[in-house]
Amino acid sequence: MASGVKPRVKVPKSAAAGDAITIKTLISHQMESGQRKDKDGNTIPRSIINRFTCDFNGQNVVDVKMEPAISTNPYIEFESTVPEAGEFKFTWYDDDGSIYDTTKKIAIG
Amino acid sequence: MEFTRRETLALGGAAALTFLLPFRANAAVEDLVNEFTGGADLADAGVELTAPEIAENGNTVPIEVSAPGASAIMVLAAGNPTPPVATFNFGPLAASQAASTRIRLAGTQDVIAIAKLADGSFARSAKTVKVTIGGCGG
Repeated sequence: MASGVKPRVKVPKSAAAGDAITIKTLISHQMESGQRKDKDGNTIPRSIINRFTCDFNGQNVVDVKMEPAISTNPYIEFESTVPEAGEFKFTWYDDDGSIYDTTKKIAIG
Repeated sequence: MEFTRRETLALGGAAALTFLLPFRANAAVEDLVNEFTGGADLADAGVELTAPEIAENGNTVPIEVSAPGASAIMVLAAGNPTPPVATFNFGPLAASQAASTRIRLAGTQDVIAIAKLADGSFARSAKTVKVTIGGCGG
């Protein structure tokens, strides 16, 4: 279990219907690549977030498959269309089976 | 020094092998590309990859991929111990088929983006990034 995992997401509070908005997401995670060695020369086992998804009212926006080459504290920026008021759901899937999620509401206006 | 026919052939073979070796190193990347495209031809236009020319720190290299109308974009780092970086799949609500993230690069190498376009064809874009300090904890 990765410790201190904290998702952070930036979504505008409101948008016009049909608008494209930019969403920035960041989650604190050490993203251990499985390539590094500790001071005794043992390989530190891989422990990363391997998938990230963003949905709006149940409809998919992006689904990212992540590999060990993604940096520590994975940051992803993308654009989404907002057809109506609703809620963005962000989900991160850890190698160890943990799932981290957060939601953000957006209003029309 | 005289060469027999057999020795000449052996030398030629060895030379050809050393010439081919650099291509062998990229076999893993080619396999991944083939897996993604199913062996389809790759067009040069249709996908854009933005990456810095020189990255001081290989641990966090900002990159951006964009391919209008694409359903998926795969990013590979040819010189990393494990070449896959990420695959972005865009859903119906993605406003633009673009995303940016930060990646690790082990050293100076090519970063490759392959996009699956709306018409089912594939496009490829590559960019060389010079890395001053590698990002694989070496």
